[in-house]
Amino acid sequence: MFTIFGVPGPLLFGQLLLGLINGAFYALLSLGLAVIFGMLNIINFAHGALFMLGAFVAWMLLTPNTWLAMINPAYQVPDWLSLGYWPALIVAPLIVGAFGLLLERTIISRLYKLDHLYGLLLTFGLALIIEGLARNAFGSSGMPYRIPPELSGATDLGFMFMPNYRGWVVVAAVIVCLATWLIIEKTQLGARLRAATENAPLVQAFGVNVPRMVSLTYAGGIALAAFAGVLAAPIYSVNPNMGSSFIITVFAVVVIGGMGSILGSIVTGFGLGIVEGLTKVFYPQASATVIFVVMVVVLLVRPAGLFGKAA
Amino acid sequence: MSVSASPLLAARPARRFSVAGFSSSQAIGLLCMLGLIVLLPLWPFSIYPVFLMKVLCFALFACAFNLLIGFVGLLSFGHAAFFGMGAYVTAWTAKNWGVTPEIAILLGGATGAGLGLVFGLIAIRRQGLYFAMITLALAQMNYFFCLQAPFTGGEDGIQQVPRGALFGVFSLRDDFAMYAVVAVIFLACFLFIHRIVYSPFGQVLKAIRENEPRAISLGYRTDDYKLIAFVLSTFIAGIAGGTKSLVFGIATLTDVHFAASGEVVLMALLGGMGTIFGPVVGAAIVVGMQNYLARFGAWVTVTQGVIFVLCVLAFRRGVIGEIDNKFKLSL
Amino acid sequence: MQITRRGLIGSAALAATAMPGRARAQASVIKIGVMNDGSGPYRDIGGQLSVNAVRVAVQDFGDPGLQVEVVYADHQNKPDVGVGIARQWIDRDGVDLIVDVPTSSVGLAVNSVVREKNRVYINTGAATADLTGSACTPNTIHWAYDTYMLAKSTGGAMVKAGGDTWYFVTADYVFGQQLQRDTTAFVTSNGGKVLGSSLYPFPGTTDFSSFLVSAQASGAKVLGLANAGADTVNSIKQAAEFGLTRNMKVAALLMFLGDVHGLGLEAAQGLFLTESFYWDMNDRTRAFTERFRKLMPNQRPNMTNAGCYSGALHFLRVLKDMGVAAKSDGAAVVARMKAMPAEDDAYGTTTIRQDGLALVPAYLFQVKKTSESKGPWDYYNLIATTPPDQAWRPLSEGGCSLVRA
Repeated sequence: MFTIFGVPGPLLFGQLLLGLINGAFYALLSLGLAVIFGMLNIINFAHGALFMLGAFVAWMLLTPNTWLAMINPAYQVPDWLSLGYWPALIVAPLIVGAFGLLLERTIISRLYKLDHLYGLLLTFGLALIIEGLARNAFGSSGMPYRIPPELSGATDLGFMFMPNYRGWVVVAAVIVCLATWLIIEKTQLGARLRAATENAPLVQAFGVNVPRMVSLTYAGGIALAAFAGVLAAPIYSVNPNMGSSFIITVFAVVVIGGMGSILGSIVTGFGLGIVEGLTKVFYPQASATVIFVVMVVVLLVRPAGLFGKAA
Repeated sequence: MSVSASPLLAARPARRFSVAGFSSSQAIGLLCMLGLIVLLPLWPFSIYPVFLMKVLCFALFACAFNLLIGFVGLLSFGHAAFFGMGAYVTAWTAKNWGVTPEIAILLGGATGAGLGLVFGLIAIRRQGLYFAMITLALAQMNYFFCLQAPFTGGEDGIQQVPRGALFGVFSLRDDFAMYAVVAVIFLACFLFIHRIVYSPFGQVLKAIRENEPRAISLGYRTDDYKLIAFVLSTFIAGIAGGTKSLVFGIATLTDVHFAASGEVVLMALLGGMGTIFGPVVGAAIVVGMQNYLARFGAWVTVTQGVIFVLCVLAFRRGVIGEIDNKFKLSL
Repeated sequence: MQITRRGLIGSAALAATAMPGRARAQASVIKIGVMNDGSGPYRDIGGQLSVNAVRVAVQDFGDPGLQVEVVYADHQNKPDVGVGIARQWIDRDGVDLIVDVPTSSVGLAVNSVVREKNRVYINTGAATADLTGSACTPNTIHWAYDTYMLAKSTGGAMVKAGGDTWYFVTADYVFGQQLQRDTTAFVTSNGGKVLGSSLYPFPGTTDFSSFLVSAQASGAKVLGLANAGADTVNSIKQAAEFGLTRNMKVAALLMFLGDVHGLGLEAAQGLFLTESFYWDMNDRTRAFTERFRKLMPNQRPNMTNAGCYSGALHFLRVLKDMGVAAKSDGAAVVARMKAMPAEDDAYGTTTIRQDGLALVPAYLFQVKKTSESKGPWDYYNLIATTPPDQAWRPLSEGGCSLVRA
């Protein structure tokens, strides 16, 4: 067995792979944030809460009778209405995305002309409300959600024992991230979106419904967060605080990648997952702080972030 | 970041009357505040003095924060670092070295200023959101330092800190004696901030807030001005934290946590950024909510969130800011 | 419900007959304040469950001659909020007893206030053993659990049951480190060995897979989780995912019944943990649980709630014995509580030691398999019992100033 800096090679590979898996969550969440910031100029602090909502909606779809009974024991639906993991992966982001659409239409659209600070404060308030209501409704100790049977079990990779579900998380995250990037960079819709952020009145003059496009963008960013929430449900505790433990880290990822840069947030998300994984091998106590160290260093050297355009 | 909360300050009407730099409306505001500080703990209001002391400590913290956001346009997202470290150092020196309260609080302020100098040197060259994010990152590092360092007592915090005797003579065990000291510290710092804001130095700060390139072209070294303002603000934040730790006899991780940084933003926003009295009003509202909503359990967070949202949607200038706007004042 | 109505009528009558004597009326009412986390991560451990437990105590006390009022506050896990509430309760509202108070920093801060004001404090929610050690006061009783007892029960009994090699995954703060240190001592003194540990940053860690992989590579028989709340739930979920549960036993050093409920039996089965109370232990605990469920039919009490019940009931009985006027001297009440054994359905007969520790037994439980469980809340199999005289830190080792050598 060979070693690298005193750490057995196989163990190091294993930890790198695990770091990559965490990076998948960072990438998905920061991608949504970056899309929203790039198109709407809103720093969406409610992102963590909506990630949590995605996981809870998946749980609610799986066990409708459990929570219906909490409201009134007489409310019951037939068992075939309970949706498992795979349908939830599509349905939960749609439901939460629709909720996002509602938020954008009613509240967030009032903020576009204002300073960033107000968007940040408003979405922070929204996060408090959503998390508080979830705690009132479901308690704080969390809900059980099991790994779908098709993906339970693990594969021996030679250097580590890899749960199949984790492999799926990376694959799903990479596909979704690439698809989002392609839509924004390579399609006509994406071109219009980008044009609208540069000069909205002009794009509107060409007959494009800009407000509707902006609303759908917000909903899309939220749906990405909810998708990450469903992916997370089987491996993390499904509880009302699950989003707030992620949100600050994900912010750091977006800032390091360059505010609003789509590619930047994806690459940085995966990259920081790996950096964090490495720290866990050599100095685990610092693994939560290392991202902030990276952030300070990056901002001092490249003020607009790794992939950001200098203002 | 140009926070357009108070265009009024930039275009204030010429002063018709002024006492020690206070315009007439501000002097009336100051008198009202003084009256409230003296009367509220007494009959018939009889508001609990410990609660009032907490309001004053947080009001001071919010005023320090407001000095940056309201008058220089710098959003610090890690101000809890200075508040909390001030609290730790004051508590530690009062408990372990047995220094008198006034020295302990000054040491707390000095800690805030020292840490502020380090943070400021790193962060001050960045603008807007990036400044906010660097201060946030540094404050997070400071949080993990406090969690790890042995002198802070980890999550137990520093407990049973004695209030001691002022100048070694006057015992502060009695709540009203402590209240008098806190009130004096608060007023002194409040007047100090007012003096900064309306001094020639303060005028330069406002010029930087409104248009930094122009201030540079007029020959001001804006980075230096911003750094001095930052250190002054963190000094006062440290004083506020230190005072609070003596009032409650504890210093814990809550004070350095990110949530405390968020709370102070809320206070300044609710009261009115860029106003003199706004942060005080904001602090009273936020601390009051924490206190009076405590019996409702889980609804505390929801209520806070609703107030945040309503405030941004409907009262963007904050309580005092809206009053200013309505009556063309600058309180 | 009945007791509340009676209380209401009683206070209305008092108000009608003795309007000028408001102060006197207040003096004869006994007030119990329940303070805990009502909106944060520990809400489901204490929260309204503890309030309900105290209500049951008041009902069981059932003396129409004494008026008892229960008040509640959420300390939001902030020590200054906790201190503010405690002072206001005692100075303004005439609260005589404060119970629960989880989170060590808040628990210790309230401890100082109650001593200063000379009232009674029964902590059942905080884990720190300092409450009966270096921070002990003549006004404080610590009931239900502390880090030493958890470490001794889980660490000692597991080694005896064959789990003699350990790997720890530890939250890197005082609580986690202390739990690891104490447990290590019991593992080694019983002939076991600790093969390694991973300290992870707290708070802010949601993914434990790196540490779990290291634990697996160490070849230890037992995985010791020195953490709490959502961290424990996450570690257990991920341990199952990585297949650790097949060749390792998982010991959660601090876990409550509600956490098992939230985790689901599927992921939690086979887990070892220590509590000092289980609702389905014997006829008396089941009887207590029945009364508890009158107001909260979908819940079961855990050891924190049971401690609130037993502590409050004991306090009320002692106060009745001494006469209500005695409540102004909290230290004297606590001294009598220590002299008189407590007797109730939740904990049976309990004595309280000089340093304020309520000597209750520690039970090592294993979580039932899905096939064994008869339904929701039927979760624990009793594995080992550590009797009260052995479960807790010896009186001489705590460094409590009340203990006369």
